[in-house]
Amino acid sequence: MGNDSLKDIAIKELLLHLADDDFIHSYRGAEWLGLAPHIEEDVASSSIAQDTMGHAAIYYKLLEEIGVGNADQLAHDRPAKERRNAIILEVVNGPGYYMKDPEYDWAFAVVRNYFYTQAKAIKLQSLHTSSYEPLAEVAQKVQMELYYHLMHWKMWFVQLLGSGHEEAVSRMKAAIEKTLQDFAGVFSLGQYGEEMVELGLIEGEADLQKKWIEAVSPIFESVGLATTFEIRMAKGDGRNGKHTEDLEKALETLSEVYASDKAASW
Amino acid sequence: MNVLLNDMAEQEKLNQFIARIEAGEKIEADDWMPEDYRGTLIKLISMHGISEIMGALPEKEWVPKAPTLNRKLGIMAKVQDEMGHGQLLLRVAEDLLKPYNKKRDDLMQDLFKGDLKFHNVFHMEAKTWGDAGLIGWLVDGAAIISQTNMLGASYGPYARALLRICAEEVFHAQHGEAIIMALAEGTEEQRKLVQDSINYWWESLLLFFGPPSKKEVGSSKQDVTIKYRIRTSTNEELRQAFFSKYVKRILSLGYTIPDETLRFDKESETWIYQQPDWGKLKVYARNEGPLSQERLSLRRISYENNKWVREALAPKVI
Repeated sequence: MGNDSLKDIAIKELLLHLADDDFIHSYRGAEWLGLAPHIEEDVASSSIAQDTMGHAAIYYKLLEEIGVGNADQLAHDRPAKERRNAIILEVVNGPGYYMKDPEYDWAFAVVRNYFYTQAKAIKLQSLHTSSYEPLAEVAQKVQMELYYHLMHWKMWFVQLLGSGHEEAVSRMKAAIEKTLQDFAGVFSLGQYGEEMVELGLIEGEADLQKKWIEAVSPIFESVGLATTFEIRMAKGDGRNGKHTEDLEKALETLSEVYASDKAASW
Repeated sequence: MNVLLNDMAEQEKLNQFIARIEAGEKIEADDWMPEDYRGTLIKLISMHGISEIMGALPEKEWVPKAPTLNRKLGIMAKVQDEMGHGQLLLRVAEDLLKPYNKKRDDLMQDLFKGDLKFHNVFHMEAKTWGDAGLIGWLVDGAAIISQTNMLGASYGPYARALLRICAEEVFHAQHGEAIIMALAEGTEEQRKLVQDSINYWWESLLLFFGPPSKKEVGSSKQDVTIKYRIRTSTNEELRQAFFSKYVKRILSLGYTIPDETLRFDKESETWIYQQPDWGKLKVYARNEGPLSQERLSLRRISYENNKWVREALAPKVI
């Protein structure tokens, strides 16, 4: 990659943001399989996690096509420090492991899913007019599925906050606070952000975040929540390779079989 | 006198019912049905439904670990299907439970108490990626054999649910077979994964079809399900069909089956095989299998952790 132009680097970085975000987000969703509040939800949310893994695969494939590396290798064989996902997406679902004593928090799942899906929708809208055509095409396809994902998580968000159930409301509020602490990482475009915007690959971070606030504000108002958002990046910027132990552990699981023989055909 | 009249009326209803199912008619949820027909269906369908749900757990373990993006997508789709089957079947069971005023929640409580059983195979450990492949290939393969046997079931809602389930199970078996083929054509270690899986699962696969008769475990539902035209073949006929379909395939991949006595007897046209330890079926039914308690514990934890969600969503009493 030594001779890459700045444009090549910006395209590669943006694709990695998108791919790595969906890859780890899908994993956190898949960990819930069999543990969701009811069976209908298990069917719905495992379908969403599956779609999301499909989106990650599309982006890794685009990276493969421009010679960055094999899609499976990119997904399974990059250490945490090379990953570009936002830190909020790697945060564990709760204490425990998905196979043993998973003390998962559905409120955090709903809030993170709703916030992320809304942010993803806004990014995709922006990518429709991306100067990088392969990405503009893919964005249309992904957005069709996202419509249902967003509807689903918005419904949960509104139902739980509007339930009048004391524990539900307080858990949801705590989850909102926890998610916003690091949610700026989702809008971050990393160290090549300026180039991405100049090249017309995607809109800038501030614009994306502003549109997100505009989209969620009416929903917040409908359940009586204040719309003064303090969106932070408390744990750092995952786009620049800063990550937590949560991601390292997740990657160990995600690549366990792959890593047992990288040369083998599976 | 009234009692006698009632008895006669009941007998008449029963005669009509038997005439309907013998004419190949379907019984629907709101139709009159004898109590032991209803009871048999509830046992069968709720066990089938909850087995789909408990069956998602051993495979779920391998969802994130699947070694490529395509395998991840494949196994995610499969496990999601299984959950969907569970949902479909529990709905069929819930309709049958209405006269008893029982609901989904009661089925979950029955599961936790150990009154509602799940299939023997889902008490086992899925230790390797080879097991994940073998579950799709042979466990789902066995399920297809046992479920297509009930496609003509006299109870309409179950027959219709099975039609959809069997169609999807065919994809699952192909998904499993594709994993196994890749391993079988792979490195020595990959090939060994498959042999180890065959060795570990073989007995469970034989147990899966149930005992040949009442004498092995003291009871068997097969006579009553055949009488009521819910199924056509016996447990043993299904097991024989499984041998006929899979023994050759397993051997042709260069693998062995952990039963030296296994052979096809041309004269009687049956497979002769080492009887599995039928007592294990009772052990699993008591939830004392290798991972019975761990799997139940996962469901219990999620049930407890999500209690507040159920409460928040419950209709408000005004």
